[in-house]
Amino acid sequence: MSELYEKTAWELAEILRKKQASSAEITQSVLGRIKAVEDKVRSYVTVNPDLALEMAKEADVRLASGSAGPLTGIPIAVKDNMCVRGHRTTCASGVLANFVPPYDATVVRLLREAGMVILGSANMDEFAMGSSTETSHWGTTRNPWDLELIPGGSSGGSAAAVAAGEAIVSLGSDTGGSIRLPAAFCGVTGIKPTYGAVSRYGLVAYASSLDQIGPITRDVPDMALLLNLLCGHDPGDSTSVPREYPDFTDFLDLPIKGMTLGLPREFFGKLESPDVERAIAEARSVFERLGVKFVELSLPYLDYGIAAYYIIAPSEASSNLARYDGVKYGHRAENFSGMIDMYCQTRAEGFGPEVKRRIMLGTYALSSGYYDAYYLKAAKVRTLITKDFKRAFEECDAILCPTAPSPAFKIGEKIDDPIQMYLTDVFTIPVNMAGLPGMAIPGRFSEGGLPVGLQLIAPHFEEARLVQLGAAYQKETDFHLKRPPL
Amino acid sequence: MKITPEQVDYVALLGRLTLEPEEKKKYMGQLDDILKYMDMLAEVDTDNVEPMAGPVELYTPLREDEVKPSLPVEDALANAPARTGTSFRVPKVIE
Repeated sequence: MSELYEKTAWELAEILRKKQASSAEITQSVLGRIKAVEDKVRSYVTVNPDLALEMAKEADVRLASGSAGPLTGIPIAVKDNMCVRGHRTTCASGVLANFVPPYDATVVRLLREAGMVILGSANMDEFAMGSSTETSHWGTTRNPWDLELIPGGSSGGSAAAVAAGEAIVSLGSDTGGSIRLPAAFCGVTGIKPTYGAVSRYGLVAYASSLDQIGPITRDVPDMALLLNLLCGHDPGDSTSVPREYPDFTDFLDLPIKGMTLGLPREFFGKLESPDVERAIAEARSVFERLGVKFVELSLPYLDYGIAAYYIIAPSEASSNLARYDGVKYGHRAENFSGMIDMYCQTRAEGFGPEVKRRIMLGTYALSSGYYDAYYLKAAKVRTLITKDFKRAFEECDAILCPTAPSPAFKIGEKIDDPIQMYLTDVFTIPVNMAGLPGMAIPGRFSEGGLPVGLQLIAPHFEEARLVQLGAAYQKETDFHLKRPPL
Repeated sequence: MKITPEQVDYVALLGRLTLEPEEKKKYMGQLDDILKYMDMLAEVDTDNVEPMAGPVELYTPLREDEVKPSLPVEDALANAPARTGTSFRVPKVIE
């Protein structure tokens, strides 16, 4: 029999319902697993066993009283950029190393209301700026499939924890691929919902027109359960869209026969690895067997996605991160002469190299004389990228493409070459630019035994279609059932 | 070079960052590479294209002006690097 920490949320819900185990036992099992493998993987910034066991006890009371929901008692890891009241939340930055939020992010409030068990905060790239989790103030998370490799980023801890059995499910955030990329590299399932579907209230802001919170899970049914919990309007976030969402679990067993998937020509010229090509070919044949038609299409402006993103995101970041001034919270330098110098020293000490680089880049792009050539130009290219997708969705129900050009790469391989690191996100960034929902699911593994992620992209607010396609694919394949040999 | 040492100093001041000499050198080279990469955007014809600020239709959500409890002062001050009474303490701003 497999251990409790290896099971999915929906399997554990069944176990809890039948009283074969308590939430406290499940939580102990996961905490035990953390103790056993955390030294190797380093998924967490802060594990909080006291909080977790207290929440598990409360969940068991609810389970006994019959007031439990489908996620009550399930342990979850939260990315370190979502405020958890009374629990240190650092955004993996030195500037927030001792920050204890006085309030809960809306998504954290939803977890509490559902009776979920918060295990602690998962490691990430500092301020979610990175594709490898190497820029964390607390050190690099390692890929559970090969400890010499990066887990992907920026939600590397959230993905590694789920893959390694250190959490049943987790929350990540995705600004340019930060949920989908680590999900792909760690062999788990992750979705970036439509911009505006999940509240960003209490999420430490990086680039506000692109940031979106979403779940990382071991399979699509767990993803559907978490989407049910997370999607919804929140008056606390003025970009949250007021609308009704379906019960996503209703789409887990629907046939996909007759659907059309688009294959964007531009994406397939950028593959760096035959493993990725093989995974896409294999996915195509699975979907065709299920009655899905394929159409080739063109998204001509995708080539400009990275260039436009690395103007827009750092520009927004340079403005958002102005708040780290050593006044209201966070680090303050000890030695300075006057107010401006206090800001400059505080920020020089508190931020790491990638964050400084993006503040410099964004400040430059927004500075007088350069605004039109950079920010405004990028914002116009963003319109063209969005129109590309709109046209594409006239021909297909969803787009199939890779999540990344290659499987996970070595720790240190790209850290000193920003452009090479940025190019890792070539397939994920356009989705954020257009605000679309994008899902990463494990495809056929590489020859070397590493996970390779497929990506499915749907029109705005069509997460249900991704659930339907992903669930159908996972019924036909077993890649999502593989676990790293830790 | 697209970026001069003077520009790096100016941008660092605008961004309120004190940079060490070796950091300046490193960022100058890296920003230069990144901006050269961005040059590809010049190829795109964007005449008559509206800029896009965000993926959702922008509107101003309104609500009733109701009095609600806000964050207690002690909670708001709990993370302050320095405080005096119920205020954040900062160096003298006006000389």
